[in-house]
Amino acid sequence: MDATAAGSDTAFRLRTATPGASLPAEGSFNPRLIEIQNFDFFYGTNQVLHGINLDIAERHVTALIGPSGCGKTTLLRNLNRMNDLVDGIHHRGDIKIRGASIYHPHLEVIALRKRIGMVFQKSNPFPKSIYENVIYSLRVAGVRDRARLDETVERSLQAAALWDEVKDRLHTSALALSGGQQQRLCIARAIANQPEILLMDEPCSALDPVATAKIEELILDLKTQFTIVIVTHNMQQAARISDHTAFFYLGQLVEFGPTSRIFTSPAKKQTEDYVTGRFG
Amino acid sequence: MTATLKKLGAARTPGEAWVWLTAMGLTVGLVMILGLLGLVLVQGLKAFWPRRVVEITLRAGSPQALQGALTFGGEITKEQEKSGNPDAADTEADRREWQLFLGNKDAYGLAFKFVDFAHIEKTTRPAGLLKLERLEYGPALGYPVTLHLPGREPLPAQAATFRAELTRLVAEAAARRAEIRRIEKKEIGAINQQMTQWRQRQRALERERDAGRDVTAALAEAAARQAALEEPYHQLAARARELRAAQAASTLRYRLMSGPEREVPLGQVVNFYFPNQLTTAQRLGLFFHNVWTFLSEEPREANTEGGIFPAIFGTFVMTLLMSLAVTPFGVLAAIYLREYARQGPLVRAVRIAVNNLAGVPSIVFGVFGLGFFVYFLGGSLDALFFKEALPTPTFGTGGVLWAALTLALMTVPVVVVATEEALAAVSRGSREGSLACGASKWQTIQRIVLPAAAPGILTGLILAMARGAGEVAPLMLVGVVKLAPELPLNLNYPFIHLDQKFMHLGFHIYDLGFQSPDSEAAKPMVFATTLFLIALVVLLNLTAILIRNHLRKKYATGAF
Repeated sequence: MDATAAGSDTAFRLRTATPGASLPAEGSFNPRLIEIQNFDFFYGTNQVLHGINLDIAERHVTALIGPSGCGKTTLLRNLNRMNDLVDGIHHRGDIKIRGASIYHPHLEVIALRKRIGMVFQKSNPFPKSIYENVIYSLRVAGVRDRARLDETVERSLQAAALWDEVKDRLHTSALALSGGQQQRLCIARAIANQPEILLMDEPCSALDPVATAKIEELILDLKTQFTIVIVTHNMQQAARISDHTAFFYLGQLVEFGPTSRIFTSPAKKQTEDYVTGRFG
Repeated sequence: MTATLKKLGAARTPGEAWVWLTAMGLTVGLVMILGLLGLVLVQGLKAFWPRRVVEITLRAGSPQALQGALTFGGEITKEQEKSGNPDAADTEADRREWQLFLGNKDAYGLAFKFVDFAHIEKTTRPAGLLKLERLEYGPALGYPVTLHLPGREPLPAQAATFRAELTRLVAEAAARRAEIRRIEKKEIGAINQQMTQWRQRQRALERERDAGRDVTAALAEAAARQAALEEPYHQLAARARELRAAQAASTLRYRLMSGPEREVPLGQVVNFYFPNQLTTAQRLGLFFHNVWTFLSEEPREANTEGGIFPAIFGTFVMTLLMSLAVTPFGVLAAIYLREYARQGPLVRAVRIAVNNLAGVPSIVFGVFGLGFFVYFLGGSLDALFFKEALPTPTFGTGGVLWAALTLALMTVPVVVVATEEALAAVSRGSREGSLACGASKWQTIQRIVLPAAAPGILTGLILAMARGAGEVAPLMLVGVVKLAPELPLNLNYPFIHLDQKFMHLGFHIYDLGFQSPDSEAAKPMVFATTLFLIALVVLLNLTAILIRNHLRKKYATGAF
């Protein structure tokens, strides 16, 4: 067992990161931006991930699919170590981003999360103004430059296709927005500090088809800038937006490959049953 | 048919009876609370209502004569069944009696008298009766006779200018009283303060001299400064004496209903009116005047007369200081307990211990406050910073700061429990959203969790304030007094006097009701003081509730 993953409190202790442990800078297209190597994960004694090996390519959309409880959300939440919040977790194996382990003992988990944005299943705007929501990650990073904040708000909201709808009421409460707008606001917030990777945990599960379509369109746009990992229950959605698809079942990675192949000629029977709707 | 009905009855929703039981529980609670509030409200406000005065003439030979006089009078405060076994021959009227408020305590030596209905020959309400509110001995009731001004003929009460003259003289006396008060409290007070400082400096210097250092020059300066202060002090004192003499110069002669004439210096008269001549509007005006006097003035005559302003102010300042102390303390403790401490048996034990603190009798907190805050902390502060004043303690005796801290300690469990619940109620989604943006745990707590929990924290504070403001027992040990010469917040540097003893409404109620020489006379004051204590707590709570509602609106959770 890796010593660093032992408890939630160690994860938040601020450490001075050694240069070698920080994440390497962004480069050109990298087919193995994230490498998941022999990854096992436990909640207490309950093993929820079994020996996962998966490479995620830069500036592509990778969809994680599978029935409920198969471990896809757990895997996603490990990529930015959000699972550190849970008591009694541990893991084996490793996850590397640009070749550097995210479990390195000298890595600051806060620095890691600054480079990885996350959008949650249930939209969770803060009870602040739209403006303050978008720049939250800059605020906590200590940015005070007004011009830069303004520019970030406009750029992020443009990218999240929300700018035109809210540009006249940036300083009103974010909670007054509709569900779909709130989720797009959360996307804007996640990309405001220009992360490399965007994690999306069933971002459309609580939205109506119109809002879903908007967000899917948005994901296809964002793909040009960000590496997106998305968990979805919606097979059509995975087929529409993703470049690669990973199918999980009972904590195992059953099959991984280009989306077109997974949905048309899967190698495994289980995959075929699932994507055709015969079970799950 | 009956069988069908029975069947229907049997098929009634189970649990219906319990709804009634719960409704009954609420009703009983509401009746009790409303009954208490109603009693306090009615009795409290009754104390301010100007009552008519009756003159009673007793049958010849009645044993109930007052100092030999068969005619006397007063305000009827109560009508009741006589105690003791009634005689079978008595008629309904024979068994009843009045309680009269006689006033004129200086003449009669008592303020209340019971009069049997059976002994009364006739009652009248003479229009010419005058009620004087005095600085001492409570109100006087009687017929005005003459007004004596120095160097002038006595002015008889029948004269057309009598009332105007009396009004003018009473107003003048009030102005002089304010002037005397200003001189003695403010100006002489300021000189005394400087004198004390120089005396302490002198004492410190003397100690240095005894230790062998040469401080002759400094000592001489201290002595000279003190001497220089003597002159203005004597001037002011002389002026105050002069004014006091003027207060006694003009007098009013009045005749008691029982016969004898008496004389009162107008400097003693606070207010006067003719109780049987008042119109309803005048009565109402007087009622509000009385309420205002009660709220804004200082108490007189062992607290049984005058107002309760120092007690209101003391309660307010103490409660405010307590809130300032308890909020950060309780909130920080709750944050650690809920957010940082590893949940386990130890934290559970701590939580149970904190909850149980709320069950410790408040007097125990008082004893702890006396031992720890007053003697230990206060004593150490005195030894470190106020050496010159010793052996007179500065902080080493009860004071508003120690009282506030003692109550803060007492109410901390309330704030901790409420804050913990509020923190636990902040959604996981908001926390994760913040962490995912690269915020540290502390930033998340500070920027997301605490604002969202603020309404809940304020609820805890409201409960703590209500409990703290109504507490008496511990305060008696750590700083409350019957009569405080100064307010804990005033215009003398350094404006807030944390070491000062203070008055408190709760203690005032206890003092009036159970420690005053005439508890019957103090009874209306007890109700009135209770009324304003409740009003003050309600006011403080309303403020907190308004802030909470504002915050709630601001941080309403966004669920769709």
